[in-house]
Amino acid sequence: MQLRVSIDQAGYDQSATIRNIHFTLQEGQLLAVIGPNGSGKTTLIRAISQVLPYDEGQYHINGTNLKEASENSRAQLMAVVPQSTYVPPSFLVREVVLMGRTPYMNWNGKSSRVDEKFVQEAMEQTDVKKFEDQLCGELSAGERQRVILARALAQNTPVLLMDEPTSHLDLRYQIEFLELTRTLGINNGKTVLVAMHDLNLAARFGDLFLAMKNGSTDAFGSAQDVLLPEKLSEIYDLAVRVIKLPDGGSTVVIPQ
Amino acid sequence: MHKLTRPTLLSFAALAIAVLLSVGVGSVAIPPKETLEVLWNTLQGTAPTSDINHTYQIILLTLRLPRTILMIMTGAALAGSGCAYQGLFQNPLADPYLIGAASGAGLGAIISLTLGWPASPFSYLAVPMTAFISALLTVFLVFQLAKVKKTLPVTNLILAGVAVSSFVTALTSFLLINASGELRRAVVWLLGGSTMAGWKPVLGQLPYVLVGLIGLSAYAYKLNVLQFGDEQALQLGINVNRARTRIVVFATLSTAAAVAFTGVIGFVGLIIPHILRRVTGGDMRRLLPFSMIGGAIFLVLADVVARVIVAPQELPVGIITSLCGAPFFLFILRRSKEKDW
Repeated sequence: MQLRVSIDQAGYDQSATIRNIHFTLQEGQLLAVIGPNGSGKTTLIRAISQVLPYDEGQYHINGTNLKEASENSRAQLMAVVPQSTYVPPSFLVREVVLMGRTPYMNWNGKSSRVDEKFVQEAMEQTDVKKFEDQLCGELSAGERQRVILARALAQNTPVLLMDEPTSHLDLRYQIEFLELTRTLGINNGKTVLVAMHDLNLAARFGDLFLAMKNGSTDAFGSAQDVLLPEKLSEIYDLAVRVIKLPDGGSTVVIPQ
Repeated sequence: MHKLTRPTLLSFAALAIAVLLSVGVGSVAIPPKETLEVLWNTLQGTAPTSDINHTYQIILLTLRLPRTILMIMTGAALAGSGCAYQGLFQNPLADPYLIGAASGAGLGAIISLTLGWPASPFSYLAVPMTAFISALLTVFLVFQLAKVKKTLPVTNLILAGVAVSSFVTALTSFLLINASGELRRAVVWLLGGSTMAGWKPVLGQLPYVLVGLIGLSAYAYKLNVLQFGDEQALQLGINVNRARTRIVVFATLSTAAAVAFTGVIGFVGLIIPHILRRVTGGDMRRLLPFSMIGGAIFLVLADVVARVIVAPQELPVGIITSLCGAPFFLFILRRSKEKDW
């Protein structure tokens, strides 16, 4: 097992925001975390990435206990794409992507040839190479999001956590980026956890699904177990239909 | 990196010119050629070639050179720590005075001046020492107030800094009004004009400034990553609390040393990094060293102006830095069409 999460409760103070979330992901799997606003998707990602002040959970990546690992070794095990796309405006795109290599570089951020190789690769995969010499302050929100995605890919970790990574991207980049993460899962065994609102995208790319409601697991499993009209209707408080397209298996969720 | 060769050469040339100007200007003018000659002779240990050169040598070595070096170190310390604070707080308004270092130092100095400690046997170092200790205590207090469990939120730090600063400044004013001691010296000190003569202040300041600035330079890369905010920095593998605490300690050490030995000099730590960021970009590994050189040049030149503008009297250099600094800063900001002003 690659990523094991076992949360009794966690949050910003003693009154926990999320509780009773337990799951294990294997190498190469893509977990789509779905649920309405305020259901705890972002808190879950914060909990796993060890930035929550109050946390009674256990987290393991390839057997390493994340709570006992140093910041640096954690950053070699998992990369995080946060929901906020804040990037200091006076850095070059290339410099920001290179910061993904921080856990591998020395105290002064000196990059090796290996670091440069990962940076180039990540910039090509996310299509940011064409503006690598621009200042981040000059970018659009979608471009900034791709820069942060590139930084996370350059980090080259077995686990990738993403919080709404495609919220600012247009349809083409949404599809391209999720295709890319799926390819990385299949070819490199990267385990991906992605919180998303778009159920159709989730249905298209997820191997497993975690549906959250009020801070806890409502349903966990494959598409047949989770993407059911009655389940989704209950989670979102909205009647929905789940349609299988005749083209070979795409699932579409639409409000009734 | 080769893109930086020119700015590096230019800034060192500017510093050299500023130094020659600073040691040459005064009641006895010493032309650059003679300055270089005297310095060269002194370095080689040979005797001055003429009487006038001998006079020059005394003026240069006992008065103007130590003062210029004091200005270089103070400017570098203020601009370097200002640069670090701006990066750390992701706030272009941050400067060495934000978290109480300077107001704390001011209080310490005024306490020792109004109590008449300079008259005591260890007179001369009493003001810098109390200023220094009081600066460190004030920053420590700000830290304790801003702390939430084990974390140190930036907003808390700024708010606590502002509150404690104004409290400490009020205390200072109170002491001044009730003062019976050396009121004039105290006021001059608060205006940034407490320039002590000779090599003793230079030697006293040197270790603190060196430790502070070298420490900051060692954390330059971490400062880059910290600008993404605590959460992203943590996720990129930085021990945020440790890095931030050390950066603040080093920056406060530099600030306190600067303030303790030269008085309260404003604006250097604010404008120099701000202006240079437009040249070097945001990478602290470039911005920090350039800010230090830039701060040194600026303060040396400001000191020259302070000495000549109402000669033979001398203005506190803090008045000049604000008087020249503020309009120049506004000019730069108005000219650039950037959004971040």
